[in-house]
Amino acid sequence: MKKILFMLWLSLLSMPFMGIKGGAYLFLGICASYGLYIFLANTFDRIKLPAVPFNAKIATTAAIISALILPFLMKDYYTDIAILAGIYIILALGVNIVIGFSGLLHLGFAAFYGIGAYSNALLTTSLGLDFWSALVLTLPLTSLAGFLLAFPSLRLRGDYLAIVTLGFGEIIRLVLNNWDSVTRGPNGISNIPSPVLLGFEIGRLTHYYYLVFGFVLIAAFVVKRVQRSRTGRAWLAIREDETAAESMGINTRKYKYMALTFGAFWAGLAGALFASKMHFVSPESFTFMESVFVVCMIILGGLGSVPGVILGSLILVLLPELLRDFQLYRMLALGVGLVLMMIFRPDGLIKKS
Amino acid sequence: MFLQQIINGLTVGGVYALIALGYTLVYGILELINFAHGEIYMIGAYLGIIFIGIFTAVGLTQYSLFLSLFLTFIMSVLVCSAYGFTVEKLAYKPLRNAPRLNPLISAIGVSIFLQNYVMLTQGATDKVFPHVLPVTIIEFYNVTMTTLQLFIIIVSLLLMAGLHLFIMKTKTGKAMRATAQDKVMASLLGINIDRIISVTFVIGSGLAAVAGLMVAMYYGLVNYSIGYIAGIKAFTAAVLGGIGSIPGAMIGGLVLGLIESLGAGYLSSEYKDAYAFIVLIVILLIKPTGLLGKTEGGRS
Amino acid sequence: MILEVRDLTKIFGGLKAIEEVSFKVKQGIILSVIGPNGAGKTTLFNCLTGVLSSTRGRVLFEGADATNKRAHEITAKGVARTFQNIRVFGSMTVLENVMIGQHLRSKEGLFTAILGTDTFRKEEDEIRSKALEYLEFAGIQDYADTLAENLPYGDQKRLEIARALATEPKLLLLDEPAAGMNPQETWELMELIKRIREWGKTVIIIEHDMKVVMGISDRIIVLDHGVKIAEGTPDEIRNNPYVIEAYLGKEEVG
Ligand SMILES: Nc1ncnc2c1ncn2[C@@H]1O[C@H](COP(=O)(O)OP(=O)(O)OP(=O)(O)O)[C@@H](O)[C@H]1O
Ligand SMILES: [Mg+2]
Repeated sequence: MKKILFMLWLSLLSMPFMGIKGGAYLFLGICASYGLYIFLANTFDRIKLPAVPFNAKIATTAAIISALILPFLMKDYYTDIAILAGIYIILALGVNIVIGFSGLLHLGFAAFYGIGAYSNALLTTSLGLDFWSALVLTLPLTSLAGFLLAFPSLRLRGDYLAIVTLGFGEIIRLVLNNWDSVTRGPNGISNIPSPVLLGFEIGRLTHYYYLVFGFVLIAAFVVKRVQRSRTGRAWLAIREDETAAESMGINTRKYKYMALTFGAFWAGLAGALFASKMHFVSPESFTFMESVFVVCMIILGGLGSVPGVILGSLILVLLPELLRDFQLYRMLALGVGLVLMMIFRPDGLIKKS
Repeated sequence: MFLQQIINGLTVGGVYALIALGYTLVYGILELINFAHGEIYMIGAYLGIIFIGIFTAVGLTQYSLFLSLFLTFIMSVLVCSAYGFTVEKLAYKPLRNAPRLNPLISAIGVSIFLQNYVMLTQGATDKVFPHVLPVTIIEFYNVTMTTLQLFIIIVSLLLMAGLHLFIMKTKTGKAMRATAQDKVMASLLGINIDRIISVTFVIGSGLAAVAGLMVAMYYGLVNYSIGYIAGIKAFTAAVLGGIGSIPGAMIGGLVLGLIESLGAGYLSSEYKDAYAFIVLIVILLIKPTGLLGKTEGGRS
Repeated sequence: MILEVRDLTKIFGGLKAIEEVSFKVKQGIILSVIGPNGAGKTTLFNCLTGVLSSTRGRVLFEGADATNKRAHEITAKGVARTFQNIRVFGSMTVLENVMIGQHLRSKEGLFTAILGTDTFRKEEDEIRSKALEYLEFAGIQDYADTLAENLPYGDQKRLEIARALATEPKLLLLDEPAAGMNPQETWELMELIKRIREWGKTVIIIEHDMKVVMGISDRIIVLDHGVKIAEGTPDEIRNNPYVIEAYLGKEEVG
């Protein structure tokens, strides 16, 4: 009874916005989904799913092989989305170093993504460099930006750090938006060339897919290696307990700088790939929402877990695309999803071993 | 020129202060940056437009403008408070004992949800506040000021004074202060913490509704995306004055309004939105507890 | 003298948590710091280990200045500590916790890790086997792959000691290591601490349990309201009228 009243309350609240009819539909909708939820929860409780034996090596191999043959089976449209997913995986792996490993809630990562993209765009269009030479300059540049903007993380913790990094992200977007002479403002930069590899232009979607896939493999491999090293352990220790980490002899300042520099490096790579894939960049692609979107990916998969990050990115990019009708409600669902996730599964889909 | 900017700054600053109070009240009690608070303000603005529309449709506005506006205020505040109340119950209460970042992320989720909810139900285009208000311009020396500006400044100041009295004088207000001081102690003294938290959200949302409504009247336009930037600015104002401090939020709001309008007037208006961020970053880095906040001892 | 503290003072707002505390610690002894709740014992540790910066005074470690250095610098000099309220790295395994302790005794960086070079592998193996040794020393080797947060309370305290030992300190500070332990566990812990001394390490220990204190200390310092009110051997402390009045009055001594 109390639940019905509460649903009534919700639909009443929605009436100014959705009209009386809309509110009534909402009420019916909530009741129906609640009933469905109860039903499903009961059924699933009864049907105990057998535990699937999970072998990380086999799973990884299977994933890599299917990713390799996928473009032959997919329509171009899906290849396109898969490329985007790959770019997000690289970005999310970078963000994961900062948030997942080191525990610094950074909400401005779109800035480094943006710096990477603009750097690639400007170097290739204005200076006429090719993708690879531009990349050789872009990666140190974004890493440097990460390094230079790392200092707030030394003084601020938790939610204050979140707000300040958000502020940095917004300032950089405003600069991209207003520094017309260089960034061409809101119009953005177009005609960014495709990469050329061994004299062979990577213009076709399938080829670009393999390029991105290669980078994803490298990123996942490297990040995983680092996670299991002295540096990775130091980051985790900082996340777990900064004071104790410092007392174990870890120079927490140095490792925070390293985390942000290294994280920004991957964001820069993702940005460069994004720019040359789209042939166009504008400040709109690097908003606060973009940062939040990536944070959602790593939270969804499970903070700090590399397979989790990959899974989370795939789900968040692919799901809305696969359910086309869902598109309009994508952000709505994202919001609800975040709240539910925090309440019911704060550790993410892939649990820590 | 200068005086003119001051007046504009005070108008906007009053609005920031009203929203900032919501941040500060909640932070004082839950240590949560209620990221969705900007969205509550946006909802307040929409509610104003929706209700004045309803009252105009039934002919009340034509009958008595004053009564219609008055009821619009009341209804917006009520419904908006209900939104704030509900958000707390659904998205924050279950997380009260979770690690600190979880409620913050939940709040971001609420913020995304509310923004898109309004966009889907009310459309992505700007909504217009109907031209029901007569615009009278007051002129003295070289400065012009509309009656609406005067109204906004006065209402903001009155509400701030009212809140101050409420917090200092009433029993609930005292309970709120006690809870902010020490939750465990307060509950031992028989204060119902859940109720106090709800009251805090209701008051904060009510103030945000007034702010939203006044902004809708002032600019004549609202959009589903106004909550984010206004929220950030109000949060800056709260931090500026020392988050958790009520007078701090008031002063912080006014100061930020002035900085912005002077900055836009004398420096560059393109970066108007960046000033708030720059102020925020500088303050947090120099004195993380805000201007009026207390200092902590020692390292770590 | 491994440690020398001169007029160390820490003020929180208006509260003098420790006031002009001076003492010297000889190499290889067990020194106990006792005093009633809120006497400033933990604050003293925090100032010695760089967790807090002191307001005034000096700290000399092996004759060299170690005042208000950052915690990791102090650890690098050879001082390690445990915490009163357990601070293990909860979501890491027990083994990883102790491997963190080896941080300063290893040096591989980002790039060798990415390339997986031979020196990197060798060092990882070394860290791992050393960490296992410390786990064995603390008697928790069976838990190596357990998440630290899933360890029973007493074993978490042992883990903290193993982790601190892994930094290879000359001076070990233990903040109430026996708190919350049963008599059996306490006795085992005392044996462990004695073995640490036999290793040639100096130990400073904060402890409320007088049996433990009197049983293992070579010297004792008594703090009250931030002030050092007595110092001496267990026998001297037992008979010191100030101590009996200020602190031990109500309790049975020894
Ligand atoms: N970070 C801090 N900020 C403010 N005051 C503090 C801080 N740390 C400790 N104090 C105060 O300093 C005094 C000494 O505290 P401390 O923790 O050093 O006592 P203690 O001797 O370790 O007590 P116990 O036996 O309970 O552990 C206490 O009054 C405490 O409230
Ligand atoms: Mg203590």
